[in-house]
Amino acid sequence: MKIHEYQAKEILRRYGVATPRGRVTARAAEARAICEELGGRCVVKAQIHAGGRGKGGGVKLAKSPDEAERAASQILGMQLVTHQTGPEGQKVQKVLIEELAEIVAELYVAVTLDRAGRRPVVIASAAGGMDIEEVAASNPAAIHREPFDPFLGLLPFQARRIARALGLKGETAGKAARLVTSLAQAYVEMDASLAEINPLMVTGAGEVVALDAKMNFDDNALFRHKDVVAMRDLAEENPLEVEASKFNLNYIKLDGEIGCMVNGAGLAMATMDIIKLYGSEPANFLDVGGSASQEAVTNAFKILISDASVKAVLINIFGGIARTDRIAGGVVAALRELGGVRIPVVVRLEGTNVEEGRRILRESEFHFVVAETMADAAQKVVAAVKGGA
Amino acid sequence: MAIWLNQDTRLLVQGITGKEGKFHALGCRDYGTQLVAGVTPGKGGEMVEGIPVFDSVAEARAATGANASMIFVPPPFAADAILEAAEAGIELIVAITEGVPVADMLRVDAFLAGHPKARLIGPNCPGIITPGQGKIGIMPGHIHRPGRIGVVSRSGTLTYEAVWQLTGLGLGQSTCVGIGGDPINGTSFLDVFKAFAKDPDTDAVIMIGEIGGDAEETAAAWIAHNYNKPVVGFIAGRTAPPGRRMGHAGAIVSGGKGTATAKMEAMRAAGIHVCDSPADLGSSIARALGRG
Repeated sequence: MKIHEYQAKEILRRYGVATPRGRVTARAAEARAICEELGGRCVVKAQIHAGGRGKGGGVKLAKSPDEAERAASQILGMQLVTHQTGPEGQKVQKVLIEELAEIVAELYVAVTLDRAGRRPVVIASAAGGMDIEEVAASNPAAIHREPFDPFLGLLPFQARRIARALGLKGETAGKAARLVTSLAQAYVEMDASLAEINPLMVTGAGEVVALDAKMNFDDNALFRHKDVVAMRDLAEENPLEVEASKFNLNYIKLDGEIGCMVNGAGLAMATMDIIKLYGSEPANFLDVGGSASQEAVTNAFKILISDASVKAVLINIFGGIARTDRIAGGVVAALRELGGVRIPVVVRLEGTNVEEGRRILRESEFHFVVAETMADAAQKVVAAVKGGA
Repeated sequence: MAIWLNQDTRLLVQGITGKEGKFHALGCRDYGTQLVAGVTPGKGGEMVEGIPVFDSVAEARAATGANASMIFVPPPFAADAILEAAEAGIELIVAITEGVPVADMLRVDAFLAGHPKARLIGPNCPGIITPGQGKIGIMPGHIHRPGRIGVVSRSGTLTYEAVWQLTGLGLGQSTCVGIGGDPINGTSFLDVFKAFAKDPDTDAVIMIGEIGGDAEETAAAWIAHNYNKPVVGFIAGRTAPPGRRMGHAGAIVSGGKGTATAKMEAMRAAGIHVCDSPADLGSSIARALGRG
């Protein structure tokens, strides 16, 4: 789960991380008032989950309360397009108004999971303020990695080593070491999957401050973090994905034209891959769950066909313990409940009682294209959208 | 001979009194696995379809000689169930539960380092099956046939797909291991290959990976120098968008790492025959064995 910058800063402040003074608002007039409180100069930052906000025009400096109000009214309600939003952009609902500071250096620190090392790791670089993936690619030596034991926390000598790697000395190094220790503690205690400060700013006064902040959380651990769940912003998520999540369906919207309904995440990915291999693009990832119950199939169908870009549907179900004939019955019942669909539906069933399952599909009142193998199914569904079959 | 699971394995099921736990416990017994006990704290003394239920794993093991456990405990308590099994001396722990927090698995990982005899498979996995001898898991037993092909996979249904192809071609399986879709799991591809390497009854292996992490690359690097039998591979998720978790908690390309392309390249470099299409897994094994 993702949260906004202002929410991440709220959490990090609880752990003692310094952030610029400021407040979030959804109203331009209030932006003006906040700017006045901050001394008449401020930065206005769009709050959306995607990165790259500055380049897309979502971050503006204001030298007066007037300018702050003007900037906020421009940003609020805009469809902000960044490299992470897709071409349609993301509507800005809130702006964060913060004080300006004299920046001496921009650094990078983050905590994430080192999967291979099976520990959390602090990633630090003196090259802050830019895309860390680009730094990692172009200058890997500029990145310091400090894995730590989640039960002991980041140890003091490790924090000092990180501060040195950031090129800091004296009191500033001590402040940075304390900040990164707090960041590591927040990561562990909040069950985060990412806690990132980019840039981490060193001010003229030698303070170390989180100019930006990003936190993602382990979805599987949300049951013990009700406060984080309360921060979920459904407006930031794809409406079809939100709808699917209500039915415990794993659905991810993609850009293609073939709607996929599959049981199991691995088979669902493999189905997307084989569609591409046969020359088209999947419109979505959708895992209806291993047992593919009639209820799950009905709900999944509703979501698939409400996506206007879907030109054909491919159902690929491996019936194991859930028998194929039952699943076929479920697919037919789902279509009856929906009153049929207007686009071609290719069904590939395999597994237990498959002959009976295929017979149920063929003898139903709907015109399923029944496929035998995965390859056959991919070929038929691609032909259907290309107008070949 | 197969690996880890055979006809002598004595299984207990943690969470046997739940609906899923009971259903799949009986499924394992129906397949021929020796199901000797169930464990649900507070329900000791009850019976589930003739299976005695105990309050703790230690009691169940002492009374029945169980040496393997299948875990159907809900996610918030799953890590504790794994640790309890390891502490009680259970050698094979199969955690089916999906949704265990990463932090809990780091705790499990640290604890298991002090229990080297315990092998954890999963969590978030379909389990393990040695066709004709026993199954510990949720896979459909009847699609399998006893034979000489090993299967290891991060997926459930995609594994059944591969097994179905093999069985259809008359190629039986020695042991099939679903290692699970989570970022931190107990048994890795590498662990499974090391076990298959010592198994004289496994002639070739199907390896099904997916995006995220580098477990496939690590195994491939070892296979290149240490494993001489044919290996056929597939990686799911070539079309997955970066930064999105594709159903499995571990299936995510992040920071340009864990891509299908990188995994396939590493596997090809190790001499593994990588299939572009998941439909070709069975026929590729047949060809590798000179039976295509």
